[in-house]
Amino acid sequence: MNETAISSQPARQDVSDVTTSNRRGRRRSTPMWTIRGWLTQRTYWTLAAVGLAVPLGCWTMLTALGTVNRVFLPSPGDVAHRLLTWFSNDDLVADIGISCFRVIAGWALSAVLALPLGLLIGTFRTVQALLEPLTDFVRYMPAVAFIPLVMLWVGIDEGAKVAIIFIGTFFQMVLMVAEDVRRVPMAQIEAAQTLGASRAEVIEKVIIPSSKPALLDTLRITMGWAWTYLVVAELVAANSGLGYAIIKAQRFLQTDKIFAGILLIGVIGLGMDQAFRLLHRLAFPYLYARS
Amino acid sequence: MNAISCRAVHKVFGTGVRKVTALENICLDIREGEFVTLVGASGCGKSTLLRTVAGLEVHSAGEIYAYGSPVRGPGAERAMVFQNYSLYPWLTVMANIKFPRQLAAHIRNRTSAEVEVASGRADALLQLMGLEQVADAYPSQLSGGMQQRVAIARALMARPRILLMDEPFGALDAQTREVMHDLILHVCALERCTVLFVTHDVEEAIYLGQRVVLMAPRPGRIDSTYEVPLPSSRAVEMKHSAQFLALKSQVVERIRDTSGLRTDLELLQRLAKRAG
Repeated sequence: MNETAISSQPARQDVSDVTTSNRRGRRRSTPMWTIRGWLTQRTYWTLAAVGLAVPLGCWTMLTALGTVNRVFLPSPGDVAHRLLTWFSNDDLVADIGISCFRVIAGWALSAVLALPLGLLIGTFRTVQALLEPLTDFVRYMPAVAFIPLVMLWVGIDEGAKVAIIFIGTFFQMVLMVAEDVRRVPMAQIEAAQTLGASRAEVIEKVIIPSSKPALLDTLRITMGWAWTYLVVAELVAANSGLGYAIIKAQRFLQTDKIFAGILLIGVIGLGMDQAFRLLHRLAFPYLYARS
Repeated sequence: MNAISCRAVHKVFGTGVRKVTALENICLDIREGEFVTLVGASGCGKSTLLRTVAGLEVHSAGEIYAYGSPVRGPGAERAMVFQNYSLYPWLTVMANIKFPRQLAAHIRNRTSAEVEVASGRADALLQLMGLEQVADAYPSQLSGGMQQRVAIARALMARPRILLMDEPFGALDAQTREVMHDLILHVCALERCTVLFVTHDVEEAIYLGQRVVLMAPRPGRIDSTYEVPLPSSRAVEMKHSAQFLALKSQVVERIRDTSGLRTDLELLQRLAKRAG
């Protein structure tokens, strides 16, 4: 966050607040409710903590009161305990590992194909006409419905799970990459052309570097989508993984394990998201440079 | 030989009922080293003409010659400066200016001595445009005026013989613009560039141009040409001279006549009456 903004803004804000409250005798409008306003780091993180603590508190209270059957809503303690036994007796680490592998493999396969394809769609109108309507059509087909076909074509091994995640992310990713590439300002491209750049040079030295930050954001967002397809992918003859654990727990009505699995996926996803954001800051310092 | 020569250039956008004639029978010769400004009401095709000379648009008929060879697309000898968003935000100021050096068009047949010269040129341009202090900054950290200085330096890097400018100061405030006017005149005289400069600001057009070409809309065509009766080295005081003001009012009047837009005095009076 911009420190100068934090220190300089309050003064200005206070002056205007005083004048309005004095003149019209109205209640002081707090800077917290300024449209697109700013917050200090401390207020921001305090509010973030409250946003996380309140649901957790409600959950704890609801289960502590004993009004809700534990089969429907396990307590946070139950879930924590389940995580521990999962770790010590059921090889939690292996489940996390295999799930991460499937998600990353499916997502990476999508990226390897979607990046060049999206680049071509976003750069050449001919390729766009050829492929974009088709991609738009396919992306509306539910990935879950492909499961029988995937089992038929790919089998029921690891490949099948990776394939489901691939189908779920690839088509969306192509369109997002194409859009990122199309957003490169025309002036940047034309400037290179009038400086003597060839077509290949415009792509290599302008379009790709210019769209890189947006592409990394697209990869971050599609990684999130890949995780949402995990449970679906592990419906296919799996015997390990977080999604599989959730499905199995459902069969035995182990609500605490379902909770644990869902929360774990959330935490891992959040971690990966933050890693992408960090990478963004490190890779594109010019976007975070102060003026 | 003329630096730029347009022979009966036509440019048509669209087909059938949606056909629009953007340029009609444009004939324009620009001498080597001349500074020509293009003005006109909006929609008169002045930007289209500039972009066609740059090779960014393809003309439908006629021929454009740059130093005798017909224009068939963009080329390094015709560098263009845009109004904004043309700098590369991921490159520092220095790297932006040196950008042309990465391109094959400028690397081919280069001896190491020439590379040395080119490197010195980047430094010289940095100094000439007053950018030494911000050489390592990113474009986003600069003001609009400084950004345009970088864009001009980058365009000049590969020693283009022709500099095409599309409202390069259109987004700048009036004070910054005045500074940029004197800077661009100085730099272009030093570099001996032929300049074609598009603007909607008549004062700017007269102050910068040795010749002002006025275009009219629907269809886009050259309406009239004015030789600027000022000495070749310009100074701000000249903006208040009688000759300057006379030419300015003449050009402004002509643009108003050709624009097809008029203040409807009758309507205003009727509205005033109703309000009163």
